[in-house]
Amino acid sequence: MPDQTHQHQATASVEARTDAIEAAFHERGMEPANFIREFKHLAEEEWVPENGARVVAKAWTDPAFRERLFANGREAVTELGLSMPPHHRHLVVLENTPNVHNVICCTLCSCTAFSIIGLPPDWYKDLEYRARVVRQSRTVLKEMGLDLPADMEIRVWDTTADTRYMVLPVRPEGTEGWSEEKLAGLVTKDAMIGVSRL
Amino acid sequence: MDGMHDLGGKQGFGRVRYSLRAQTFHEPWEKRVNALYSLAVKLGIFNMDEYRHAIERMEPRHYLSASYYERSLTSLATLCVEKGILTQEELERRAQGAFPLALPSAPGRTNVATRETLKVGDKVTVKSHHVHGHVRMPGYIRGKSGVVVGVSPPYPFPDAHGHGIEAEHEPTYDVRFDARDLWSDAADPAFVHVGVFESYLERAK
Ligand SMILES: [Fe+2]
Repeated sequence: MPDQTHQHQATASVEARTDAIEAAFHERGMEPANFIREFKHLAEEEWVPENGARVVAKAWTDPAFRERLFANGREAVTELGLSMPPHHRHLVVLENTPNVHNVICCTLCSCTAFSIIGLPPDWYKDLEYRARVVRQSRTVLKEMGLDLPADMEIRVWDTTADTRYMVLPVRPEGTEGWSEEKLAGLVTKDAMIGVSRL
Repeated sequence: MDGMHDLGGKQGFGRVRYSLRAQTFHEPWEKRVNALYSLAVKLGIFNMDEYRHAIERMEPRHYLSASYYERSLTSLATLCVEKGILTQEELERRAQGAFPLALPSAPGRTNVATRETLKVGDKVTVKSHHVHGHVRMPGYIRGKSGVVVGVSPPYPFPDAHGHGIEAEHEPTYDVRFDARDLWSDAADPAFVHVGVFESYLERAK
């Protein structure tokens, strides 16, 4: 049981507290150093927005894939060699149109389809975005540089369960005939969260 | 619990601290904390619902003043102490300073007995439940009505899973609410969708 009574000493720095847990894990044979190395590789090399960008580009160029993506996102992304952690059991792909704009958030913590769109940016996990985007979507998006036309319908998606969401942006005009690879280069993490349009 | 973490719709917050190509991590210790709690989950010391709940149980002043990864660190340490893996004394001796933990948990609950299978198009109301333990119903939808637009596969029921209680898995329903039904005219017009567990819902009357 946590003991809140002995707060007589100054709180240790976050680094010292992290070191304490890592050392305790090490002493118990849990091999934290190996896992930290593995995790850094995943965070830096594997869970990157380039994954989602490939999904988006394929959905733009392959109508049959697009349908499969809407029907079962989690299964469809495996066609590109991508995967989601076991507890992300469902991927819902939200289609932007010229009249509809989707934006995702997690008001309770920070949930995202991180293995597809990349780990959430700092501001996504901040108190301001979590508190405000559900209630003041148009205002918040405008403050973040996305000034949507008045007749654009806004759909906010709060990630409160194990379903994960990603936004499928509208394919930019003037990209006819582009390769999937070149198209993927246009797609950003922010566009797949829905705080920007391409 | 109606905790400090339940931020959706809270007023008074300023502009989002947005930047282009924003980073996830800023300090090396943050990645280590993320890795260490992932390792604990992988080793079966606790699950993600317990992890989230231990963050929610942080003393509200601590919750609001801590950075995102300090909240992760606090949850990790709290659960390791509660599960008997470590003691707070050991952590404080090693850290050479105080190591604040989250406050104790209230009891969890199992699935709600009266729940029914829903489908896309059904009009639903979120039950007016006030839960002591972990719950994934944001307060802003309590008692509100909307329409089911999506159905998920069954997931562990967080109110039980966050407390190590056995329970049936439940689907969640993506429910579409009108922002004006949630906050009347004190909201920007929009549809707000929330993934709502079956136990939290009933058919709209
Ligand atoms: Fe979350």
